[in-house]
Amino acid sequence: MFAFAVKRILQAIMVMLIISCIGFAIKHNFGDPVRDLVGQRVTPTERAEIRERLGLNDPFMVQYARFLGDAVQGDLGQSYFFKKPASEVILKKAPATLELVLCSAFIITFLSVPLGIYAAIKPQKWFSRFIMGSSIIGVSMPVFLTAILLIYVFAVELHWLPSYGRGKTVCIFGWWDSGLLTLDGLKHLIMPSIALSSIMLPLFIRLIRSEMMEVLESEYVKYAWAKGLKPRRVWWVHAFKNTLLPVITVGGVQLGIMVAFTILTETVFQWQGMGSMFIESVERSDTSLMVAYLVFVGLIFVLVNTAVDIIYGLVNPTIRVAGRK
Amino acid sequence: MKLSMLKSTGKYSLLLFTLVVSAMLLAGCGSEEKKDAAEKAAPAAPEKIVLKLAMDADPVSLDPHVQLSGGMLQYSHMVFDSLTRYDKDMNFVPRLATKWERIDDLTIRFHLRQGVKFHSGNEFTAEDVAFTLARLKTSEDYKGLFEPFEPAKVIDKYTVDLITKKPYGLVLNMSTYIFPMDKQFYSGTTDKGVAKDLIIKTDYSFANENESGTGPFVVTSREQGVKTVFTRFADYWDKSGNVEEIVFSPIKNDATRVAALLSGDVDFIMPVPPQDLERIKSTEGLELVTMSGSRIILIQLNGERNPALKDPKVRLAMAYAYNNDGVVDKIMKGFATAAGQMSPKGYVGYVPELKPRFDLDKAKALMAESGYPNGFECTMIAPNNRYVNDEKISEAFVSMMSKIGITVSLKTMPKAQYWDQFDAQVADVQLIGWHSDTEDSGNFYEFLSMCRNSETGYGQYNSGSYCNTKVDELTLAAQVETDPAKRAELCQSAEKIQYDEAGFLPIHWQNLSWASKNNMNTEDIVNVMNFPYFGDLIIK
Repeated sequence: MFAFAVKRILQAIMVMLIISCIGFAIKHNFGDPVRDLVGQRVTPTERAEIRERLGLNDPFMVQYARFLGDAVQGDLGQSYFFKKPASEVILKKAPATLELVLCSAFIITFLSVPLGIYAAIKPQKWFSRFIMGSSIIGVSMPVFLTAILLIYVFAVELHWLPSYGRGKTVCIFGWWDSGLLTLDGLKHLIMPSIALSSIMLPLFIRLIRSEMMEVLESEYVKYAWAKGLKPRRVWWVHAFKNTLLPVITVGGVQLGIMVAFTILTETVFQWQGMGSMFIESVERSDTSLMVAYLVFVGLIFVLVNTAVDIIYGLVNPTIRVAGRK
Repeated sequence: MKLSMLKSTGKYSLLLFTLVVSAMLLAGCGSEEKKDAAEKAAPAAPEKIVLKLAMDADPVSLDPHVQLSGGMLQYSHMVFDSLTRYDKDMNFVPRLATKWERIDDLTIRFHLRQGVKFHSGNEFTAEDVAFTLARLKTSEDYKGLFEPFEPAKVIDKYTVDLITKKPYGLVLNMSTYIFPMDKQFYSGTTDKGVAKDLIIKTDYSFANENESGTGPFVVTSREQGVKTVFTRFADYWDKSGNVEEIVFSPIKNDATRVAALLSGDVDFIMPVPPQDLERIKSTEGLELVTMSGSRIILIQLNGERNPALKDPKVRLAMAYAYNNDGVVDKIMKGFATAAGQMSPKGYVGYVPELKPRFDLDKAKALMAESGYPNGFECTMIAPNNRYVNDEKISEAFVSMMSKIGITVSLKTMPKAQYWDQFDAQVADVQLIGWHSDTEDSGNFYEFLSMCRNSETGYGQYNSGSYCNTKVDELTLAAQVETDPAKRAELCQSAEKIQYDEAGFLPIHWQNLSWASKNNMNTEDIVNVMNFPYFGDLIIK
């Protein structure tokens, strides 16, 4: 077990090194952050002095080594725009993104399961056809278009929901700005989370439907019917539970993709999370913050995957044996 | 099945757990409330008059000297107050200076408003002006503009002399950039032993996070990039406006910003994207104000790189082949003013006769007479996210030039990559937009059309390497000319020479736009510099 853990951790370190190296290479060739820090009349010599002071003129390897040295001590560099350590900026923006992803995951779970099952067990009904038809539209509509449509219908025309931002937030645990605990904050959450779920929801409905239909054709479900069990029991206990297996596997992967999708949603709704922060840092050539974001998100996924694999190994010995080979 | 359930829930909770732990270590909550400042601001009335304001970006700092940009100057006009400022017709009106007179060729004496208080409670005196000028001279962004100045001389508590090294015609223009800062407040050192008046661009500094100006609003809370709250300063000397609080949120996305105004979530937006002007105009309850701006968009032709562009007839032919009005009409949807020169109307160098000269037949004739009757090929670069419709304008230029046999191969790129390429003069034809820092014509020539000289820094953005010593002479003469009429003559001559030689191809001046609910005097507070004077805003 110990050898397995060590191996996994070493692999994780390798992955992190590669991520940081790619991120840093992008930064190095991205453009001059000093341009965005000075007015138009600052001379090239003065700009060069600022670059020198920020250490941007050093060779790639020197800068990278310095970055790695600081990074292992938890310092991901300084955001030029926010004038604060990049890690502090990112952690301040993280709650907004996580709450958005959480709400979307909620919407997806609670809508895709009943709709997908219904479409599978009553495939001929007009409502099932309607679900499948609209899911095609949902998949093919870009997120930003969905978002703008929502804003125009519910904020501009109907005045039901606020058009931008997070609204009133409350501070919990002394550091987490939450919009989940105020009515205003929840109102602000509705449209962004619908927009964010609009791509994944149809995918999940279709996935659940096709898996469910397949399971309904299997031998043990036929046997269950033959035993004369109630339809409800067959659908939920025998068929649906087995449908869940692949759905959960896909869901885990999609959660990560959703964090990436927030970039578009956050930009349109002026949602102040990590996604919009990243896009803005790209526009401002705030390269330190860009790299810090890439490394930070990479780190989360590497940590989670490593930890999951270790726990998995504890539970399932066959995995551990496979790891040892 | 159990296993995969476990794996999945493990992923969720671990993801959260990791974030929670790392966040606990590093982050703090909420925006930085400025308690002291809030107490000094106006006491909260039950029915507060609040303006909800949305712009495309928010100020990068609370220190007005950290960066010279439109956003920082807009902020400065809210929280600080300048010695003088421009009115709508570009005249100087008294603010913290009540009157001024020229003492000699080098000196202008400013008499200061008495009984003005800083947000900290300190009294505003001539010492603060001297302190501010000295600080401006240490700012990377401002020191170029204030290079002609000697340190200010304090005559008495309410009188100060601004002295220049040589006679200088733009002292009053520069006085609009002197936003006196509270000397006492910014003196001394922080807990860490760093001087409080230090200007730091990329890290914490006292001045980046704290302010004490004399302006109409006090910053009471600020979360950068999310929300800033400005509260009316109770002791402000000018009582013309009635807004008690401004809640300012940056909304970067054009469509969202417009939607926020249409839905009533905000009361005032700037800028308005060109495609939404009609919509706002036709919406009841909203008011749209537009104005021809002073940012010139122009195209520079590099005759050093491409000999064809050195041919005077070719340059003129290109000027005649470019249809400024067509571009303003079709691409800018009327949201720009076609330009035949650099100086916009209202600037001293503006010559009314210098109009866009689109005439395709004449252009073709000039090409036939030139050394390149069969046309030629050249390269061009342009940014694609810096100016309004910059990519489309460049594409229009390419197709217009093809009509007179010039094949332009265009490459566009984001601004983050553009400026390094621009400086390196990688293409024969390059596009640039320019706003004069001094609101004066001379600034255009100094940066865009004087001969490139790395020692003096003149012609720093003259990527076409256009060079006419006569233009240089006129520009330098205008710098030391203090008589406005003579200065105007010098600048106008320079403008004419460049027009006749087609030193560059002027495209248009971008228009400015503001939109608000129609229960306020928006029209009165906006101006061509795009510094809305929110202190004067009255909401009915």
